[in-house]
Amino acid sequence: MSALAALARLRAVREGRAQRLTTVRHCHVSDRPMVFVPFQLAGEAAAPLAAMVGTDPGSPRLLVVPQPRDRDLRFAFAAELAEVVLPYVEGFGKVTETVERRNADPYERCLDAPQLVLPNRQGVAFTGLLGRSTRFRRPDGPFPVHPSVPVLGRWLTFFAERASYPGSSLTLAATDALAMHWASGQSDLEDANLAALMGWIDPPPGRTGLQAAEEAEDPLLWPPAGPATDPGFDNEVLAPAIEAYAEAPTAAAVERIRQAVRSQAEPAWRLTWRALELLRALPAGGSVAQRWDYDRGAFTDFLTRTAEGAPPQARRDGAVSAAARLARMERARASFDAQRAYDDPLVMAEYRLTGEAFAGNVVATEPEHTEGEGRSRKLRPLVTVATADPVRLAPGTTLGTPDRRGQEAEVVEVEGGTVTIKITKGMGRGKTPAPGAVPEVGERVCYTSVTDDFQAAAALPEPEMTPWTHGGPPPEYVPTDEDAGEEWS
Amino acid sequence: MKDRLDALRGPVPPLAHDARAIAALAANPGCARRAVLDAAGVDKELTARHVGFPAPFGRSRFAITRGDAFEAQVKESGCAELLRLLREVLHLPIPEVAYHDVSDVGAHLRHSHTRRLIDRAARDDGDAGTFYDHPLFALEIAGHTSYLEPDVIAFRLGGRFHVVEIKSFPVIDGQADPVKVAAAARQAAVYVLALRELLRELGHDPMRASHEVVLVCPENFANKPVAALLDVRRELAVLRRQLARMARVEDLVASLPEELTFDLARDASGIPTRPAAELADALGAVAARYAPECMSACDLCFFCRDEARACGSTDLLGRHVRDQLGGVATVSEALALAEGAREPADGQDEIARLLRYAGELRAECLEGLELEGAR
Ligand code: SF4
Repeated sequence: MSALAALARLRAVREGRAQRLTTVRHCHVSDRPMVFVPFQLAGEAAAPLAAMVGTDPGSPRLLVVPQPRDRDLRFAFAAELAEVVLPYVEGFGKVTETVERRNADPYERCLDAPQLVLPNRQGVAFTGLLGRSTRFRRPDGPFPVHPSVPVLGRWLTFFAERASYPGSSLTLAATDALAMHWASGQSDLEDANLAALMGWIDPPPGRTGLQAAEEAEDPLLWPPAGPATDPGFDNEVLAPAIEAYAEAPTAAAVERIRQAVRSQAEPAWRLTWRALELLRALPAGGSVAQRWDYDRGAFTDFLTRTAEGAPPQARRDGAVSAAARLARMERARASFDAQRAYDDPLVMAEYRLTGEAFAGNVVATEPEHTEGEGRSRKLRPLVTVATADPVRLAPGTTLGTPDRRGQEAEVVEVEGGTVTIKITKGMGRGKTPAPGAVPEVGERVCYTSVTDDFQAAAALPEPEMTPWTHGGPPPEYVPTDEDAGEEWS
Repeated sequence: MKDRLDALRGPVPPLAHDARAIAALAANPGCARRAVLDAAGVDKELTARHVGFPAPFGRSRFAITRGDAFEAQVKESGCAELLRLLREVLHLPIPEVAYHDVSDVGAHLRHSHTRRLIDRAARDDGDAGTFYDHPLFALEIAGHTSYLEPDVIAFRLGGRFHVVEIKSFPVIDGQADPVKVAAAARQAAVYVLALRELLRELGHDPMRASHEVVLVCPENFANKPVAALLDVRRELAVLRRQLARMARVEDLVASLPEELTFDLARDASGIPTRPAAELADALGAVAARYAPECMSACDLCFFCRDEARACGSTDLLGRHVRDQLGGVATVSEALALAEGAREPADGQDEIARLLRYAGELRAECLEGLELEGAR
């Protein structure tokens, strides 16, 4: 948490309303997202109780497991969920574009990709568990399930994994997406409650954020947004309804359970759609589209592999793939942080406050300054910026700037309220700079040591070369009957 | 001292703390209110309800049923399943084990019964293992004995004791929810400590109670139990530090008004008759240190949060924010510093400068947006 974000929370308390943390939106919001509000039976590892799912806010599909401890009913639930999710996901595979690449073959990429939106992070985790408990199943053999079940499992696993990939928008947890853009007047722990966070951001007319958030904590008014249900609801409503079904599994008994869980799911369903609306209303940051391109690539890739019959994702990564994954995530994190700062002055302000960036007006330039002699003589324009920011950058530090993204610069000197920098990259080969390449006196500029450098991946061995210290080469994953028949009780 | 604590509680027996409550003490060590109430054995849950701020800690029947069923399964036939697991994790050849259910005797006898059994066990260093189910431990908390009813088993083999904790959260592909594991480790540490205290009292080497506890959980999506060893040394150190600090509750109590009491004035049927406002005032007489973490750890959380709101405390916004604010106590003070409406006090120059600059940067960046009416 930065001092800026802390200040935003203080203001939110005083104003009784959430405050913006960004000037733009940093996640992609699909035109046709799928909202998924799952519920699980308390005390069980991953026993689905119900789910509200769909792409139309006005007509959700409600899936219910009237006896969550019944294995067959669970698989029926999974098959039903697959009926909703798979056509949605696979539909995006139909329209593709050809992406040309330098030094590589062109490839096909889906023009758009699915977006799964959950109310909160726990919902994402539960999606992962549902994926884990279904992806190894088989349509044949000793414990057959509907053929769509293992496919659904792979997709749910895919979505849950993408959720932890910095900058990816294939899966969104509404609370996290909102908290990235707004500071509420409560703690981040309380922000995990979607209704409370929404209360601060979008209080009903005549209410303050605080009042709305307080109401949101009453499970009778605002049932929790899942996957955990309210214990009071479990004890007073759900348990008797499930007992009635156990005694006589009639249509009426099922309907009673449906009514009960609908009352719990509907508020979260509406809130999640409303959250998307609020996010969509923010203008997209400059790099959002590029990250979504990357998401589309990841989606296309997984779609292709699944269609080619690749085995389900392994239970656990081997040492090398785990390390590679970690390295990828770290790069993605650094790159996402930098992109947000470049796209958004309010995010950049956090680095200005800590001295890793500065903004100000250009007070002097030496556009034709050069370095080196003869053939190695290079154009290295000097720019002096007056800034009030508390700059903490050592001479020689590499800098980037949101205003001229192709350029790189270097700190020459920091003196009192001015910083002199030297532009070191992106000046071309000419003797004089191209027009506009060097900022002019009076122009407002911003430079930062935070850069979105593509760093070559650390050299990791191929999985089959895993050193024995890391467990040796992992056995190739071959799904077994045991996986397929694993108990799910 | 005991009289004073009894007076604070009123004419009811002190509430026994379970390990969850004791482990939670460490969650907010700086809170005097909680330290005093716990030392006096006040029923915080009932107190919170009576002042109109019931705690949000309901438990689902489903979770309880499932937890009980799992525990029963692990303990079935004299802990047969548990024995199998222990053979695996402790790498011990355990030919046979005896099983003692301490709860066989009446509740009032359980503690002395536990003592006797553990004493006998500590003297016997034969290689037959023994399980002690439902032991009742005692732990000195703030100069006051609390009884612990662990839902655990103590296991002895040779000269060593292990605490076995059975939890119903799942371990999936070798991984469990880290928050739940951490909570289990904190609780188990309480039992280890209590067991060590008992051994010490009985004149045995306390270190015979191992810092490695056995955690038993269901594996993957089935009900099959799996066991893992959990090293709770760190948790033990935290707990010890915290209990030492609480031992000084006397100082806290001494500074409280003579007539202060949290007596609920229960009538014959146990219903509190104390005027709620009066009770709330009594609570207010002991300083609290609210943090959002209280919301999952302390029965009084809603009460204390409300109080923190009433005084506009920055504690409400969580530790991250507080850390950023360098200890500025209230929202209005922090905002006044940010807006230059208040001269920084001694030692506040740095934070005031930071906040003021943060305010300027926000204004600069949001200028255009506010004009568009975007929030
Ligand atoms: S809820 Fe109140 S009494 Fe309990 S620990 Fe927090 S501040 Fe202390």
